[in-house]
Amino acid sequence: MADEPTLVLDCTGMRCPLPVIELTRHLEDVAVDEVIGVVADDPAAKSDVPAWCRLRGQEFVGAQRHGSARLYLVRRLT
Amino acid sequence: MSDSAPPGCAGYFDAASAQPLHPAAREVLLSAYDEGWADPRALHSPGRRSRMLLDNAREVVATLLRARPDEVSFRAGGTAAVHAGLLGTAQARSRVGRTVVHSAVEHSAVLHAARWLEEQGGKNRSVPVDATGRVEPDEFVAAAAGEGVAVACLQQANHEVATLQPVAEVATGCRDAGVPLLVDASHAAGRLDPPEGWSVLTAGADTWGGPRGVGILAVRKGVRWREPGPADERGYADVPTALAAAAALQAVVAERDEVNARQHALVERIRSRVAATVPDVDVVGAPTDRLPHLVTFSCLHVQGEALVTELDRHGFNVASGSACTADTLEPSHVLAAMGALTHGNIRLSLTADTTEDDVERFLAVLPDVVAGLRGRAGM
Repeated sequence: MADEPTLVLDCTGMRCPLPVIELTRHLEDVAVDEVIGVVADDPAAKSDVPAWCRLRGQEFVGAQRHGSARLYLVRRLT
Repeated sequence: MSDSAPPGCAGYFDAASAQPLHPAAREVLLSAYDEGWADPRALHSPGRRSRMLLDNAREVVATLLRARPDEVSFRAGGTAAVHAGLLGTAQARSRVGRTVVHSAVEHSAVLHAARWLEEQGGKNRSVPVDATGRVEPDEFVAAAAGEGVAVACLQQANHEVATLQPVAEVATGCRDAGVPLLVDASHAAGRLDPPEGWSVLTAGADTWGGPRGVGILAVRKGVRWREPGPADERGYADVPTALAAAAALQAVVAERDEVNARQHALVERIRSRVAATVPDVDVVGAPTDRLPHLVTFSCLHVQGEALVTELDRHGFNVASGSACTADTLEPSHVLAAMGALTHGNIRLSLTADTTEDDVERFLAVLPDVVAGLRGRAGM
């Protein structure tokens, strides 16, 4: 399970850009090639997490349902 | 300071939302309230005078939008024109099918009308766009040529990110497939010629500096279309505002070579300078095939609402597609469809009066404003 997150940030109830700010703060808490997860229920996260990956040169792995929220997975590349 | 400049326009970069009436339109509007107040349908002399003025306005608009006068009607705004155009075409073609095909980045006027038709039992097919906000012509035409399509809708240019759509190519494909194409020319009309091949053309006069409550609907001869809703009153008879809309369009077309070139250069300067001076910024929209006066970018880690408020405090008025600036949790459907960053978004749309100095003052404060907001967020 290479896409299993090493760390999951609970950002439920947070409005954008807060989930993405959390992602920036905690990216270095996982090693390069490891996956970090963000749980968010703000609809803007659906666009903003992949866009963050593009701007920051990280890999967007995908998203899945997580209760009433969604879990976004990001692989640290640098 | 010029005496004629409306107050407070120096840092006003939101022309696409609203702009002061074009000076040519203001003059015509005032005299038309003296000359054209009567009911243009009446047979008496004041009524005939109004009718003559209205016909005159229609002819000016038709000529500049490359339509025939009998194809053009005035509507109560751009949204009303889109609704009448889309619903009237879909209704007239309901025996062929009930599907509306549209790009993912159409104005909400198109999306709301398409959704309303869906609620009446129709179908709705959204064609995706690339990262610049443009549809791929073959993909759009393939969708339009699908089974049971009543009408296809494609804007001439995007109202949030300025990208021009490949309307002429799409129009050829739609014609071959026998499907009518509605082209929403709002924001492009006046600045750019309408593309060839439309079946139905719509525009809001406020986007070229005309009065806010005037829309244009043009339906090509031979295209099946029926007035949606009660059809006892064909359209709109507010002669003074129709004349003012025509006067503004005429003036904008006459000035556009100079104004477009100046705005293109200013927007280019904004695009390149913002990318160079603001870290972690997503400058969105097509770099060259775009509207001359409009530019959009998103700043990572910044709240759109805070950015709009802080820039306003510095004397700059901008719009935003971020969710926090709307009464909804959903961010701009345009930015989302493009895969652009939706938070920290601002849109600048220049007026014809925007100067190099206005833009330079904005570019001088922007990096510090963004850095300040990031600092407050602990970034």
